[in-house]
Amino acid sequence: MSGAVTISGLAPGGEDSTRDILKIAIMAVGGQGGGVLTDWIIELAERNGYRAQATSVAGVAQRTGATIYYIEMAPDTGREPVFALSAAAGDVDIVIAAELMEAGRAVLRGFVTPDRTTLIASSHRILAVSEKIVPGDGSRDGWEVLSRVNEASKRLVAFDMERPAVEAGTVISASLFGAVSGSGVLPFAKHAFEEVIRAGGRGIEPSLAAFEACHRQAEAAEAVGIGPRPEKTVARPFERVAKGPAALVGQWTGLERRVADLPEAARPLILAGLRKVVDFQDVSYGAEYLDLIDRAARLDADEYGWRFTLVAAKHVANAMAYDDVIRVADLKTRRARGRRIRDEMGADGNTVLGVTEFLHPRMAEICGMLPWRLGQWIEARPGLFAWLDRRISRGRFVRSDTVFGYLMLWILASVRPWRRGLLRHKVEHAHRTEWFERALLIREEDYALGVEILECRRLIKGYSDTRDRGMSKFDRVLSALEHLEGRDDAADWLRRLREAALLDEKGGALDSALEAIRAERLDRAAE
Amino acid sequence: MAERSFAAEVEKLKMGEGEVFRGEGILAITKALLECGVGYVGGYQGAPISHLMDVLADAQPILSELGVHFEASASEAAATAMLAASVHYPIRGAATFKGTVGVNVASDALANLASGGVTGGALIIIGEDYGEGSSIMQERSHAFAMKSQVWELDPRPNLPSIVKAVKDGFELSEASNTPVILQVRIRCCHVHGRFTASDNQKPAMSVADALENPRRDTGRIVLPPASYAHEQEKVAKRMPAAQAFVRERKLNEFFGPADGKVGIILQGGMYNAVIRALQRLGLADLYGESSVPLYVMNVTYPLVDGEILDFCADKDAVLMVEEGQPNYLEQAVGAILHKAGAKVTLTGKGPLPLAGELTGAIMLEGCRSFLAAHAPHLLNDKDRAPNLESSPATGSKLAETVPMRPPGFCTGCPERPIFAATKLVQQELGEHHIASDIGCHLFSIMPPFELGATTMGFGLGPASASAFNAPDAKRRSISFIGDGGFWHNGLTTSIGNAVYNRNDGVIVVVDNHYSAATGGQDLMSSRAGNVSKSTNHPIAEAVKGIGVKWVRQIDRTYDVGRMAATLKEALTTPETGPKVIVASSECMLNRQRRERPLQAKAIGNGERVIKPRFGVDEDICTGDHACMRLSGCPSLSVKKLDDPLRDDPVAHIDQSCVGCGNCGEVAVAAKLCPSFYRADRVHNPTGFDRFLARLRSRVIGWLQARREARRLVFE
Repeated sequence: MSGAVTISGLAPGGEDSTRDILKIAIMAVGGQGGGVLTDWIIELAERNGYRAQATSVAGVAQRTGATIYYIEMAPDTGREPVFALSAAAGDVDIVIAAELMEAGRAVLRGFVTPDRTTLIASSHRILAVSEKIVPGDGSRDGWEVLSRVNEASKRLVAFDMERPAVEAGTVISASLFGAVSGSGVLPFAKHAFEEVIRAGGRGIEPSLAAFEACHRQAEAAEAVGIGPRPEKTVARPFERVAKGPAALVGQWTGLERRVADLPEAARPLILAGLRKVVDFQDVSYGAEYLDLIDRAARLDADEYGWRFTLVAAKHVANAMAYDDVIRVADLKTRRARGRRIRDEMGADGNTVLGVTEFLHPRMAEICGMLPWRLGQWIEARPGLFAWLDRRISRGRFVRSDTVFGYLMLWILASVRPWRRGLLRHKVEHAHRTEWFERALLIREEDYALGVEILECRRLIKGYSDTRDRGMSKFDRVLSALEHLEGRDDAADWLRRLREAALLDEKGGALDSALEAIRAERLDRAAE
Repeated sequence: MAERSFAAEVEKLKMGEGEVFRGEGILAITKALLECGVGYVGGYQGAPISHLMDVLADAQPILSELGVHFEASASEAAATAMLAASVHYPIRGAATFKGTVGVNVASDALANLASGGVTGGALIIIGEDYGEGSSIMQERSHAFAMKSQVWELDPRPNLPSIVKAVKDGFELSEASNTPVILQVRIRCCHVHGRFTASDNQKPAMSVADALENPRRDTGRIVLPPASYAHEQEKVAKRMPAAQAFVRERKLNEFFGPADGKVGIILQGGMYNAVIRALQRLGLADLYGESSVPLYVMNVTYPLVDGEILDFCADKDAVLMVEEGQPNYLEQAVGAILHKAGAKVTLTGKGPLPLAGELTGAIMLEGCRSFLAAHAPHLLNDKDRAPNLESSPATGSKLAETVPMRPPGFCTGCPERPIFAATKLVQQELGEHHIASDIGCHLFSIMPPFELGATTMGFGLGPASASAFNAPDAKRRSISFIGDGGFWHNGLTTSIGNAVYNRNDGVIVVVDNHYSAATGGQDLMSSRAGNVSKSTNHPIAEAVKGIGVKWVRQIDRTYDVGRMAATLKEALTTPETGPKVIVASSECMLNRQRRERPLQAKAIGNGERVIKPRFGVDEDICTGDHACMRLSGCPSLSVKKLDDPLRDDPVAHIDQSCVGCGNCGEVAVAAKLCPSFYRADRVHNPTGFDRFLARLRSRVIGWLQARREARRLVFE
């Protein structure tokens, strides 16, 4: 290298001179205490012979948006180093991510690189709005991100850091601070971390508790690694014992014996469906359920993995246990529900807890509770129906922990024995029968298509308008059957239609998929 | 009451000579103002300078002791107009606001101030909201400095340099009778660092002294013929004075070897990023000693021709590092070099991108490619010709999986029910043209609401809908405006304009009692008492005062049913003229910050306190997520049940719920489902509470036992 002028002995093109700087980026969601964690790390560095600089991006992202804090520190030599103000792709030593997707975002932005970055990430999920509003299951594949960030980082320390914070009654910043300490990635001893928390002044004990829990887990996390992808396990229905009057228990045992004759692979699911149906109405309703399942199983075979029977067991049970006023009132007045609320609210036996139900029954629901002839008579007179609806349909805030409020719901639930004579049951029974018979019929020529018809039942959920929309999607999807029958890929098309229907509320994606079928069918006809 | 306490920061303002001040850049500026004997300070909040306003708002004792007048100005225009106090009187004044949106609003006052010039130092601290973390259009405030001949400082982003820039700024202003802009970027405002403080100074002349012996000079007022003289003064007297001051006081800095074949000219604010690039190329050490000659422009307007020509004299090529577009400085330096016949090659936007933030990776590649082209011997082999690393394989699949996470309404926000109601009304009456404004309510444009077609700036929501004034149209426009935008200018710009022009649209004033988006500063209609400001001026009164006939005040926005009914009535009433709905409920962030400690104390000493929290009956919820599409509250999420009969996750409310009631009210108003319940936990229940609870649980328990005895129960 001739002719170059150098100052202070710096050979041109020497090595990167920032090796002594420790570069830390914190990726958090606004409101997770990222600022507190940043201040702690700065305090930790400055108390232990380091010079440190931190920047934050306080601004609109603070309102539940993705935000980033950046810290640089270097041993204090008396002179002021020149620190960078923001993280540079490919040049970050430690990335702390306060949520799993934010760890993914850090990789996407190039802050996590396999050659040098230790990634300390909480594996818990804060669902983004876009994941929550999808009618189906919109949550993104967490394990996909976990495995990708594992590949993209030199070292990964990942576990759920939210739960220890919630259990200690503090914010995740304390857990993250503990994980950083436990991972040994900063040149400071554990007690130095703890001194910083104690100097903080607010909520010290809860912070120390979360810190301690995550410090230990971080030390162990290294060996554990992320493990294999958890395969999509169908929840095992756990064994339940039927209690009640001797006569009823006797009849129930009779039903259980009938289940024993059904295909072994489907028995647990059928038993779960049977319990739901009997719990919904009574034992003879359970017998009716088993009659349907018998017909489903008769033409089914082991070579199909009993898929038709399994899918029938689930969807027929859901179709028979429809969400009417009686079921809602029954579920809300049970002892088990009261216990569950107390658990969820973290209240023990003698905590005084008022419970208010937020209800809005419309005339349609009330009409469904009437004997079917009277109900149909009213529904046939829109003027009368609307007049009644104006009087009945309003928000009702019922204190179900008071005797009067509870009694109202209890009385509504006591109509259960006469349910079969009511309008709602007549409508549901007709719809369920037509759907199930159609599936049985089509199954004979196209087994897979029969299964998909049963699966379409998943579209019907929700109450009032949401349920009506679900019904319309169900009808629209099945309307494609006339175009699809006879084709060998019919089942696959029906599945895709159903998944499109689950993508958005109004079924825009569904309409375009239906359009694709009609257009494609026209072309085939034209050939 | 601001979103967080600034008591600790206020204490630091008292520091004296030799003490080490540790904190954020924006707070160092605040301390520097007091050290420079400022007489008055005004401004309008907005990231990244909000903390300056928050600290001074809490520092009344120190300010009154020093005789310093502080105002939370009604707008950036008001803050800049206040600098008129420095025209005739030797009082130093400062105004602070966000750039470029704040500078846009202030530019009229700034132009008038700059024309006549100032006697006392006038410093305008602009927080340039550019690059990551910014919430506004990406522009540069530099244009205003050139337009009005106002000088602009862009110091190196470390606390000592920023504090020095405040002192230099006042002196430069006084030496050239010209207002001076101190421009600091987001991360410069929020960089944690330290500097050695000096004693605070009382202003030489206080505003009170000025009042007692007024001065005037027609020659300083912008009216012909003086206005023409001002223009000549600017170019003939003030600019040369400024350039001389900058050169003599060495405000711009030179680093690295005195001579060399290549060099880099950079804005002061880019110093750390350029040094970091050189460090990574091995051309600068840890402390910033550079092998490449650097000319650091801490004063980016006016340019000092002599310094530029001297720096470039012996160089073959020079890189101009300038962030954002257009490249004012590259053009100006180019003109200076061309006029002087200099042969050096000037480059800038080429190795550096035409627009956008100069991030670490971009700065490294820019410097590397410049040096590779013009001084390859300075680079080692790896940097001279780096092999393009393949894009990380993890990129593609990950990009599809990681969801966007834009900002949104906080847990329990009172604005969420307003937009849930709007969405319900549109489901009934069809889509309407909706004009949005600036503030937290602008988050309505994001899922799950997606309401709002345009935003034209702060307080301009209804004004931006004024074209849609077609009485024969079957639908009316809806426009939103926040209480912040309303008091900033919206009262006249938007409401007054609608009244005068007989606009028939519906205007919803989203009143959360604070300027909430910027950190909860008080404003005219804040319900909290304030030591130094007059609050509690109802928006509804102001709206009626300016001539609106149809006005509705809603004091609990969580009542979704009433919100929807009122909005529907406004959209359908035969009455003409603007219909204004004032939807008021306190920002939940500020309310929690105030109430939670009070509640904890009350519970602590045995008072009866009821704490509500919401929940969902998981066996009644069918997993249709209709409630999510009308809420989006962070505490309302979904949870997978380990029930083989269920396909979709069900709604679930976590422990962060503050019990505001929006999800329950929405479920009722939109007739969604009966799954929501509110659990009111009674802390320190009275004897009667306990008696009643025992009685109820006995009766209810009996009813439950009776029913369970007659049916099968599966446990």
